[in-house]
Amino acid sequence: MATTVINGKEVVVDDEGFMTQYDQWDEDIASALAAAIDVDLTDEHWKVINFLREDFKEKGETPTIRRVSTAGGVDTKKLFQLFPKKPAKKMSYIAGLPKPHGCV
Amino acid sequence: MTATAEMIVPSFDDEKETDRTLAIICSKGSLDMAYPGLILGNAALGEGVDVHLFFTFWGFDIITKGRMEHLKFSPVGNPAAHMPAALAPLPGMTTMATHMMNKSLEELEIPSVPEFLELIKASGAKIWACRLSADMNHLDESDLFDGLDGIINASDFIELTEGAQLLFI
Repeated sequence: MATTVINGKEVVVDDEGFMTQYDQWDEDIASALAAAIDVDLTDEHWKVINFLREDFKEKGETPTIRRVSTAGGVDTKKLFQLFPKKPAKKMSYIAGLPKPHGCV
Repeated sequence: MTATAEMIVPSFDDEKETDRTLAIICSKGSLDMAYPGLILGNAALGEGVDVHLFFTFWGFDIITKGRMEHLKFSPVGNPAAHMPAALAPLPGMTTMATHMMNKSLEELEIPSVPEFLELIKASGAKIWACRLSADMNHLDESDLFDGLDGIINASDFIELTEGAQLLFI
């Protein structure tokens, strides 16, 4: 665990840089995180990020790619376009959540 | 806890042009042997790895439309089923074991076989059917999973997956 400054705000992150405190996240931080990994946020990205935040709040774990497509309504192909190569990790990083634990 | 002013950015290895390819040969058609290939393939795709799956022999059932939804799990000859060996071959045991396995999978929100194929296809997997298996079963592309990339022979597959890491299931 370490603290780091993102967008002028001090936040707690894990060794890889994923945020660990749900309530420290805000939309400006998301934009800064996205910029750091070269993702330009569009409305479609926000739809995914907002779903991740809400689902995590409800279920206590980060939804997997499959869950984002079945429950969040953004299909798998689209997720690979929005967050190239490693959608599960990239979307959770921007949403300020831990990486998903589920296999599928 | 250490304080640092510099932002830690995880390495997603984007800059590294990965040429990692995983080739998975699915040769078994029972329910319990269908899932490992699908799950590992899916995980690899999520890590940005190119994945080719080759369905051959009994594994052909996994991509055969009329069969993919009815794969069975049999406790016969399977010590890992944790059932006394004498009970395993009793009538109805396979149906029961299959039902139980499907139920556990469903509870964990693991997709059914057809749905799983759709998922890995959407994630960019290449899905190949074995030519010899198609001929033996008198099947053509119309009988197989709609997202199939083609029916090819073993040499084609070996050629396609040059340099790949290989899993035989």
